[in-house]
Amino acid sequence: MSTLKTNLDQHIDPSNKIPEISLMQGFWAVLKRDVITAFRQRSDMINPVVFFLMVVTMMPLGISPESKSLSFLAPGLLWVIALLATLLSLDSLFRSDYEDGSLEQVILSPQSLYFMVIAKVLSHWLTTGLPLTFVAPLLGVLLALPAEGYLPLLASLLLGTVTLSLVGAIGAALTVSLRKGGLLLSLIIMPLYVPVLIFGASCVRMAVEGFPIGGLLAILGAFCAVAIVLAPLAIAGALRMSVEA
Amino acid sequence: MNPSSVLLECKALACERDGRVLFEQLDLVINSGDVVQIEGPNGCGKTTLLRALTTLLPDYEGEITWRGESVRRNRREYLSNLLFIGHLPGVKNTLTPRENLSFLTQLQQDVSLAEIDAALAKVGLYGYEDMPGHQLSAGQLRRIALARLYLSRAQVWVLDEPYTAIDKQGVANLEALFLEHATQGGCVIMTTHQSPSIQQLKKVTLQEYSPAYRAKHRDKQCALVEKEGS
Repeated sequence: MSTLKTNLDQHIDPSNKIPEISLMQGFWAVLKRDVITAFRQRSDMINPVVFFLMVVTMMPLGISPESKSLSFLAPGLLWVIALLATLLSLDSLFRSDYEDGSLEQVILSPQSLYFMVIAKVLSHWLTTGLPLTFVAPLLGVLLALPAEGYLPLLASLLLGTVTLSLVGAIGAALTVSLRKGGLLLSLIIMPLYVPVLIFGASCVRMAVEGFPIGGLLAILGAFCAVAIVLAPLAIAGALRMSVEA
Repeated sequence: MNPSSVLLECKALACERDGRVLFEQLDLVINSGDVVQIEGPNGCGKTTLLRALTTLLPDYEGEITWRGESVRRNRREYLSNLLFIGHLPGVKNTLTPRENLSFLTQLQQDVSLAEIDAALAKVGLYGYEDMPGHQLSAGQLRRIALARLYLSRAQVWVLDEPYTAIDKQGVANLEALFLEHATQGGCVIMTTHQSPSIQQLKKVTLQEYSPAYRAKHRDKQCALVEKEGS
């Protein structure tokens, strides 16, 4: 009986209570901060898009300006370059937070790391994946992509870049504590990017050749859904591990 | 609240780093109202101990309890009562002091803009609220992190070198704040190489728990015992 009473007392003790804060407060705080930071450092944000633009501009010069051969290569090229541009931006995803100590503070927050990680990846996607998606159709013109390919390109990149950001963030979280993690990051992430690339590029090619693409888009959507649910768990775990070191 | 209730307790704590044991058999009881200084030479494991206390470093032997329950099992409740400021202040120099402080505080609790500005004024950043971080000095950036102390509702403050890059007046203000926090039933655990002018300061000399020191000490005791025996 007495133990029950002390338990009750402890329960009532106001200083022992977890402060009532909403589940999403950490999510919004992280998202707002990261988007503001990205816009203040616009050059970092524009980097992947400029890379995308440069490589696509070089292609006709390097391969052939003939629209027939370009339009055959366009779906695959656009997807490969978008993927590499994403990869280029990944290394800095957690780097500055790790170096200035705010990553520790995020991990020590009593709020769910899962949602805060989603916020970080979402802001990464908003500042790299989304601009890439919207620039891609414009660059399709440079590569003489046939008209049927534009909407599928937009749709497949929209779904695909979310997956790329989420999966890439796992690698970024694993390598954030290494001083030169760039190469390792690419090695970890590349095999995981392959399925997205295959389905994304073939989605555009099928559309150009006049086949239905519903199934391919559904598979890309499934990748995206699985990544949204599972990747944050892996990222959160990897970040905890990186901070220990 | 009972003024001398035990908040944190370490039992037979041992930590190693890169295969070298930094300290072992460390027993530490921290009551509410305590201001504890962890001291010792560079590299003796002060930061490692603090990181173990904040659960950032789960790789320790022994047990750390918060109000009698293991922090491993009770992590979320413990974290909502903990404020940690490491030697990296967690401040971004692309953001203004107001944005930095509001982010860092929102990770722990709800906070209003008026409270943020009041806390910044208390650490001497009045008028700098909207200045980008890269135009501030190192001391001012640290002050942003320390402004969290004025807003915090956490009971346990774990501070790694809080006096770094802070001027004399700032140090005096901090010490007054530590005392106030202690009298309100909180506790402060910090490392510093300065000697704080706080009367009730508890000192823990971490060196005494290093394996080398303990071995030497044991030898001495053995020698004494042998002498007495002969």
